[in-house]
This record gives sequence, structure tokens and C-alpha cells, in this order.
Amino acid sequence: MKIVVCVKQTPDTAATLTVVGGVASWGDAPLVLNPWDEYAVEQALRTKEAHGGSVTAMSLGPQAAKESLKQALAMGCDEAILISDPALERADSLLASAALAAAIKRIDAPDIVFFGKAAVDTDTEVTGPQVARRLGWPSLNLVAAISELDPAAKTITVERLLEEGRQLVRSPLPAVVSVVKEINEPRYPSFMGIRKASKAEIPIWSASDIGLQPVPEPALTWPEVIAPVRAEQSCEFVSGETPQQQAAALVERLIEEKLI
Amino acid sequence: MDFSLGPEHQMVQKMVREFAQKEVAPFIQEWDRKQQMSPEVLPRMGKLGILGICFPISLGGQGLDFISLGLACEELEAVDTTLRVVMSVHVGLCGLSLLQWGTEAQQQEFLIPLARGEKIGCGAFSESGAGSDVANLQTTAKQDGTDYLLNGEKMWISLASKADFALLTARTDSNPKRRSQGLSSFIVDLHSAGVTTGDIKGKLGVRAGSTGWISLQDVRVPKESRLGEQGEGFKITMSAFDSGRYTVAAGAAGLIRACLEASVAYAKERKTFGQPIAEHQLVQAKIARMASDYEIAKLLYLKVGWMKNQGVRNTYETSMAKQFATDASFNAASEAIAVHGSYGYSDEFVVERYLRNARGAMIYEGTNEIHSLIQAGYALGNRTDKALRREMPAYEPQRWQAEAAGIREAT
Ligand SMILES: Cc1cc2nc3c(=O)[nH]c(=O)nc-3n(C[C@H](O)[C@H](O)[C@H](O)COP(=O)(O)OP(=O)(O)OC[C@H]3O[C@@H](n4cnc5c(N)ncnc54)[C@H](O)[C@@H]3O)c2cc1C
Repeated sequence: MKIVVCVKQTPDTAATLTVVGGVASWGDAPLVLNPWDEYAVEQALRTKEAHGGSVTAMSLGPQAAKESLKQALAMGCDEAILISDPALERADSLLASAALAAAIKRIDAPDIVFFGKAAVDTDTEVTGPQVARRLGWPSLNLVAAISELDPAAKTITVERLLEEGRQLVRSPLPAVVSVVKEINEPRYPSFMGIRKASKAEIPIWSASDIGLQPVPEPALTWPEVIAPVRAEQSCEFVSGETPQQQAAALVERLIEEKLI
Repeated sequence: MDFSLGPEHQMVQKMVREFAQKEVAPFIQEWDRKQQMSPEVLPRMGKLGILGICFPISLGGQGLDFISLGLACEELEAVDTTLRVVMSVHVGLCGLSLLQWGTEAQQQEFLIPLARGEKIGCGAFSESGAGSDVANLQTTAKQDGTDYLLNGEKMWISLASKADFALLTARTDSNPKRRSQGLSSFIVDLHSAGVTTGDIKGKLGVRAGSTGWISLQDVRVPKESRLGEQGEGFKITMSAFDSGRYTVAAGAAGLIRACLEASVAYAKERKTFGQPIAEHQLVQAKIARMASDYEIAKLLYLKVGWMKNQGVRNTYETSMAKQFATDASFNAASEAIAVHGSYGYSDEFVVERYLRNARGAMIYEGTNEIHSLIQAGYALGNRTDKALRREMPAYEPQRWQAEAAGIREAT
């Protein structure tokens, strides 16, 4: 099977978002492989282990995103491709999905493309489904288990995790599958994988390499980012002998604070 | 000079950190209270390749360097000292001694299963009557045909009850010309007839680990299991310490970091006199000391790691790194308790475990008093390194990562 897994480099989940000069900033938070994507990589690797083939990790991002691709290689992916172009720097999900779909089309006959449910920074949950739409393939999202996969018959059956319960969906391949964290427990990179990944040369595909020319303008822009005023919280106990006295004391305090 | 860690080292660090934080940290308090080692620890460390991290692939290892070994130890001890102790004795004392001194046949027989994590190794030198004074140890090894017969008792041996093999030093000459020439080293199969082992209870620290005794009664050890030449045991033991102490130094840096992280988090949360205690200068002084001690400890061990990679003798530097980092980790743990106030005194918080664990490392692998003697010896010119019959090989990536025929690379 030809398996592709799309991964994104994101700030660590412990990072906090601030606004610096009208621009959203994660500060100097460490950049990691998007935590949801670890599950996607794991599922891609398990699929390869069960059915043979190869796993290509693909990322759209700046040069630094190579580090996250190296993490995917260290976990066991066979190769990695970085799509990077100044024109794609401010990509919204529409543009990102256009670039990813264009790049996936350059790969020889993929059978399945994995995504994590969302990226922890932008959190749109739509990149996977949009890529599916652009490729004209079925989109299977919120996938918590793959119950059956038949590479010869080119079919897949998955369990989708919905609020109401689990939904069993059968689909033809190729398909785009985005996974939730219930699907597996991601492995650690192996030392052998780390050695290979640290030496790997990761090819970079520009917008023209993937035939995305001219690069469309992103539909969404962020004209202004405003940080909400941080609310100072404090807790105060109002006391009184009886409930009546407590209520009276509370009313007094609220009037004092000009709240009523 | 380059102080940055490359992608390989960073990924090693992250991988070991994730393992320790995810798989050990959530349960460590429970095992520490039980005074037992979790049965998961050794198999998991073996499966992940941590137990073979710095051995050549052709000898069953992962082909990484000495700096990777140090980084792994730092991450392990940042969670619990007992994890790093495994590295000190399995990799440091036992495995690396086989790499340095072992014949090819001995490496095939003993080192490969150790590096693959299929067997566990330990280092057995101390006895109830001999710790610092190694040359005075009393366990005997008498030649009997082509074998040796070993008798005696080793005490305070980490992983005594878990290990399959011990690098064990015993007396082969009761009346040598020089005191140190009476000893020889053996790789003893701890499943042999006449070997009994057990764990010591009631230890101050490293309670989630195993520290015990090995009793030997007419234990038959074939001549092929003698490491090095007869009478070379003292030198082999001292060179084993050069490896073991490095892992202790790196681990202690991790312990300082753990104290620092716990203290920073708590100092920002806890309020007194209307402000977080992190605003009080006396608390800041403690935190500043932990931060700079961590940096110093790290610089020292990374330098030793670099020297080892180059194949340069490092007894002096390793001694300084070990002594500094272990003293500083004890101080950091004590100050972390101060920052935590009464909560630091309870095992609901991690820092009291850090203090109990830190104390041991000032005793084993040479007490810190002995380290002062070693360093003074070098500084005063009374002590110099003499060439050994076999030196620890330098790290050569190509050789370390070459696959020899018949030895599969573990995935
Ligand atoms: C948790 C733990 C794990 C251990 N694991 C192992 C292991 O895996 N393998 C192993 O072989 N051993 C191990 N040991 C034993 C350890 O190496 C010895 O305890 C250590 O070498 C000290 O020896 P001792 O206990 O006999 O103390 P002693 O040598 O009796 O020392 C007592 C005191 O006298 C001081 N002293 C001794 N000689 C001098 C001197 N010349 N000048 C100044 N002061 C001196 C010492 O510093 C110490 O303060 C372990 C010990 C502990 C606590």
C-alpha cells in the first residue's frame, strides 16, 4: 500500500497565545509534531505493518518544519516531503488543502492519506476533509478505529467517534482518514529511527513544484488580533451569623462595588 | 567548540523524556512507597533500546554515542534515580567494561544479550567490610582446574536480585606484591549453582529500585569468564568506575533540573504576605542556585561525554563531574523542600523523594570524600593516568553503526 500521512509543526500544547504588535504569537514555545498527528503517524505505520507498502510523511510549513518531519521519520516513516514556499506562508485551510492535495497528486497512486483530527494551533478540523474534497475522495473523519481494510478489494471500514456513539462507515479506497486519539497509542521513535532521521535529507517542494501556480490568495486574513483583557480573579468570603445577615452583607458588598 | 545539541541528540533526549514522564512518573510514588521495583521498568527500557544505547550495533546496541548515554541518564533521573541506577550498573559498570576489556568471545556471549536488553548486568565490588577500600575486598576466587571457585558475599549491589550477570571483583592472590595486584574480575552468571541474592529493605532512598547482596558459595566460574588477565581486577574495577560515574554525574544533573522545575512551579503558585513566594528574594536565591548548578553540572558531564567520544582518559574530569553534580543535587533537593515548606516534607510532593534519592549518589561510585582525594591527587601531581592494557574505545559512528554479519538490527 502507498500510505501518506500529513503532519504539521505546531507549538507545544503547554504554550500560551499572546498578541505582540497586533500579531498572534506563541512566543518562544518549543515547536513539536502536532500531538494529533502523532496518532495519524502511528496509524499509518500500523497500516504499513499490517499490509506492507511504504509511508510518506508530508508537511506544509516553513523550513523549520523539517524537525517535525524528522520526528515522523524517527517513528518509522520511510520518507518525508516538505512543501515550503514563501507564497504559502499565510495559508488558510483552503490554501493549505489546495497545496497538500496538489502534492499528494504528485505521489504515485496513494491508497490512503492520514490526518490528525486537528492542528492544536489553528484548530479548524477541516484540512483533512478539504483535501479529500479536492482529491475527489471519500472523507472519513473522527476515526477511532479501522475495523477492516482490504487493499486488494480497495475497501475500508472505520468506526467514527460521534457524540451519540460510534458509527460504522464503509468506503472505497483511496480515502482520506482523519483520526482521533482513541485510535491508538503512538510509539516513541526508536534509536535506529532517530539515527536515520537525523541524517535524512528531506526534499522541499515549492508551489511551482506541485503545480500550484499562481498561488491563490488566502480567503481568510487576520486584519487585527486583539488580546482579551485578562480578568483578575479573587475570591472573597462574605460572612454573617444567619442567612439573613449573610445576604445583607452580600448586598452591601455588591452595592459597594457598584455591581447592583 | 560547539555547545549545541544536534537533531540526533535532541531526539534521543525527547524520546527518553517521554518514556520516563509517561510510563514511570505517574506510578513512581506508589513503587517508592512499596519499596519495590516496578516489574515493567527493565523490560520496557530493554525494548526501547535504552539498555543498549551506546554499544555498537554489531554488538547488539543502538550505535549512539556517549553524549546520548549522558542525555538519557539526565532524563531518567529527572523522573526517578532508580531508572538512572539501572544505566549506571547495567550499561556503565557491566556493559562498558565488557566493551573495554572483553575478548571477542566474551562480547559475543555476554555483551550482546546485555546490549539487546535480553539480559541484565550489574557491578559487584563492595562487601560489608570493603567499600572505599576496594583493594581490601575478601571474596576469593581460587583456581580449580580450568575453573575458578568463588566464595564470599557482595553487599550493597544495585540490581543484585534482578541481574543475570555481574561484573564481580574477587581476590585471586592472598599475598600479592602490591595490594591491588591480588584482585581479578569475572563475569559471573548469577543463575549459577551456589549463588543466592536478595534485596536490602529500609533504605533511605532509591526505594523503587533494587539494592541487595550476592552470596557466593563454591560458585564455579570457567576461566573464559575472567575479564582481563589474572591480577588485573583492580584496574578493571577503576575503569568501570570511569563509566559508571559518568552516568551518575549526568543523572544528578537531571535531578537538579527536576528540583528546579518543581520549585519554580510551586513558587509561582504559593502565596505568602500577599504575593507569590517567587517574589521573595530569599526564595529567588534558592532558585538561582539550582539553575546555575544545573548548568554547571550539565557542562561538566557533557564535557566528559565529549572526552569519552574522543577516546581520551577522563578519570579526573569524571570524578569532578560526579562529585559536583551529586553534592549539588542533594543541596537542590534540600532547598526545594525549603521552597515547598511543610508540603515538601510529605511524599504527596516529589521533592522529599528527590532528597532521599540524592543522598545515595554521594556514597556510591566512590564517596564524595574519596573523590576529593582523587582530585587532590591529580591537582598535587601525585597521581597521573597510566596507559591501560586496553583503553575504552573512542566513539566512531561508522564502526558503531555498521552491522556485522549475523547480528540483526533490533527495530
Ligand atoms: C544505594 C547504594 C547503591 C550501591 N550500589 C553498589 C553497586 O552497584 N556495586 C557496588 O559494588 N557497590 C555499591 N554500593 C556500595 C558503595 O559503593 C559503597 O557503599 C561506597 O563505596 C562506600 O563504601 P562503604 O559503605 O564501605 O563506606 P566506607 O568505605 O567504610 O566509608 C565510610 C566513611 O569514611 C569515609 N572514608 C573512607 N576512606 C576514607 C579516606 N581514605 N579518606 C577520607 N574519608 C574516607 C567515606 O567517605 C565515608 O564517609 C552502593 C551503595 C549504596 C548506598
